Amino acid sequence: MKGEARKKFTREVFSRPKSLVDVRTHFCPGCHHGIAHRILAESIDHFGIREKTIGVACVGCSVFLYDYIDVDVAEAPHGRAPAVATGVKRAQPDKFVFTYQGDGDLAAIGTSEIIHAANRGENITVLFINNTTYGMTGGQMAPTTMLGQKTSTSPYGREFRNDGYPIKMAELLATLEGTAYSARVATSTPGQIRKAKEAVRKAFEMQIREMGFSVVEFLSTCPTNWGMKPLDAQQRVLGEMSEYFPLGVYKERRQADFV
Amino acid sequence: MTLASAEIRRELMKGNEAICVGAIAAGCRFYYGYPITPQNDIPEYMSAHLPPIGGMFLQAESEVATINFLLGTSASGMRVMTSSSGPGISLMQEGLSYMAGSELPAVIVNISRSGPGLGGIAPSQGDYFQAVKCGGHGGYRMPVLAPHSVQEMYSLTMLAFDLADKYRNPALILGDAIIGQMKEPFVPTPYVPTVPQEKPWALTGCAGRPRQNVKSLYLKDNEIEVHNWKLHRKYRQMQEEEVRFEPYRMDGAGIVIVAFGTAARVSKTAIQWARKEGLPVGMLRPISLFPFPSREVDEAAAGADVVLVIEMNTGQMLEDVRMSTRHHDKIRFLGKPCAMPTPEEIHQEIRRLAGEIGVKAGNAR
Repeated sequence: MKGEARKKFTREVFSRPKSLVDVRTHFCPGCHHGIAHRILAESIDHFGIREKTIGVACVGCSVFLYDYIDVDVAEAPHGRAPAVATGVKRAQPDKFVFTYQGDGDLAAIGTSEIIHAANRGENITVLFINNTTYGMTGGQMAPTTMLGQKTSTSPYGREFRNDGYPIKMAELLATLEGTAYSARVATSTPGQIRKAKEAVRKAFEMQIREMGFSVVEFLSTCPTNWGMKPLDAQQRVLGEMSEYFPLGVYKERRQADFV
Repeated sequence: MTLASAEIRRELMKGNEAICVGAIAAGCRFYYGYPITPQNDIPEYMSAHLPPIGGMFLQAESEVATINFLLGTSASGMRVMTSSSGPGISLMQEGLSYMAGSELPAVIVNISRSGPGLGGIAPSQGDYFQAVKCGGHGGYRMPVLAPHSVQEMYSLTMLAFDLADKYRNPALILGDAIIGQMKEPFVPTPYVPTVPQEKPWALTGCAGRPRQNVKSLYLKDNEIEVHNWKLHRKYRQMQEEEVRFEPYRMDGAGIVIVAFGTAARVSKTAIQWARKEGLPVGMLRPISLFPFPSREVDEAAAGADVVLVIEMNTGQMLEDVRMSTRHHDKIRFLGKPCAMPTPEEIHQEIRRLAGEIGVKAGNAR
């Protein structure tokens, strides 16, 4: 079937989001960045805001955001994406502004920037990818690395007496008055992906309705640096990671709360 | 309009405030900053004066955040400024390197204080190296302007915005506690733009055009080398087109002072005293510290008996003076870290040098 006949007798149920660039990504097999990218692109399409969106890429595996998402993108220094996004949003309050950050970026070097952007109620949306390691630099210990997890800089396993505990950013950011929406999602099953999509749309809505800062934390995989097969990596997310980092919505501001 | 109403009234202001007036005149509507002495007049002025004219003032959680607010607003195509002092400027070095690499314009004001470390709040020119050689990583340059009067705090700020836009590069104003806190009259001459105001590279959403980005990461083969040569050509162009200096009483000057900012301002008084005594002294005052007026310094050194470099540090610009000329044997230095040399001290040094070259006071030329 081709051409007119195809249009007449078939119904499109699945296609590449308009805002997702048709190129091969550099992500490793089994990495969930691709899923998060897709959800991001679908949400941009859903609200029809591609031409008024400005993204801010962080330092790490996700820096190549500008090659994959068909929107204007600024590259931020490591950890500073929320500050750069603040500068963009303050200059262009009518535009949709998001950051896309990894755990080293957001929860270690950029802790100050993320907390103060949230606390100011900065009207931006943050997609936060937590895969418990520094992916691009070769699997070093991250602030989110689980206790006992072996990484290239915690070869004997993360030990709380030396390295402290994995940090729970979705919960932490939910405590701040300026935060309108904070949720943690995963993308290891079709059901989780649907919920993740809902969460990202909610987060987008918060910004569109000028309700304040919104963040969605993704529990993600890094099979390469975890030394796992992709399916085992999925299981790790569903198992120990979800136990320590519970999925759910930690804060959702209603219009009525907002004065 | 009558002549009287067209007249531009003189204003009496602090140097720090004149910077704000200059920035607003040049169309800057975005200011971000973090408190630090001795530049607090600038954020205070901006927080009061920007919102009523539709501008944005935002106090950041740190200078690290500040410079990245600038990055985002500059990437949006807007004129944006911050100010700080030594320790805060140190924290901005990362962002400045990124902005230079990403080719983003902005104006950064350093009302410098004493260092290193927390140092003190006394005036100093100890940040010369950091400003001129650039303290961030990777190797980049910025236009650096050194005002020596409240008038120049005003006019050089306007110029800094034009230079930043012309070269798509951060530009720095290097002042100090004295020039920032000093009050004197200045004439707020109208701003006349010297560069086009359009910024087609700005990130404004990809309506009706392909997406674009602002970045400094170049990982593909050879890309970063090509990018570095491109940046280098800009810095070369700055050296060819942006050298600014003031020759002061250089007629027949056997003694040539080289000084900038407050040190130059004080030197002018000492030069006037010495000239009254008939001592042949003048000054070559660099206004742009980068690009440095190397050729002019070399020419002055060639024609002089002695070159006296005066700085409020232990010798930083001195190195650039040495690099500008082969007449090293003529170069002398008067330095005072973390304090202003008095006109008396400079006058005394001029007299001593006059003796060294065999000129006596009273022999009017």
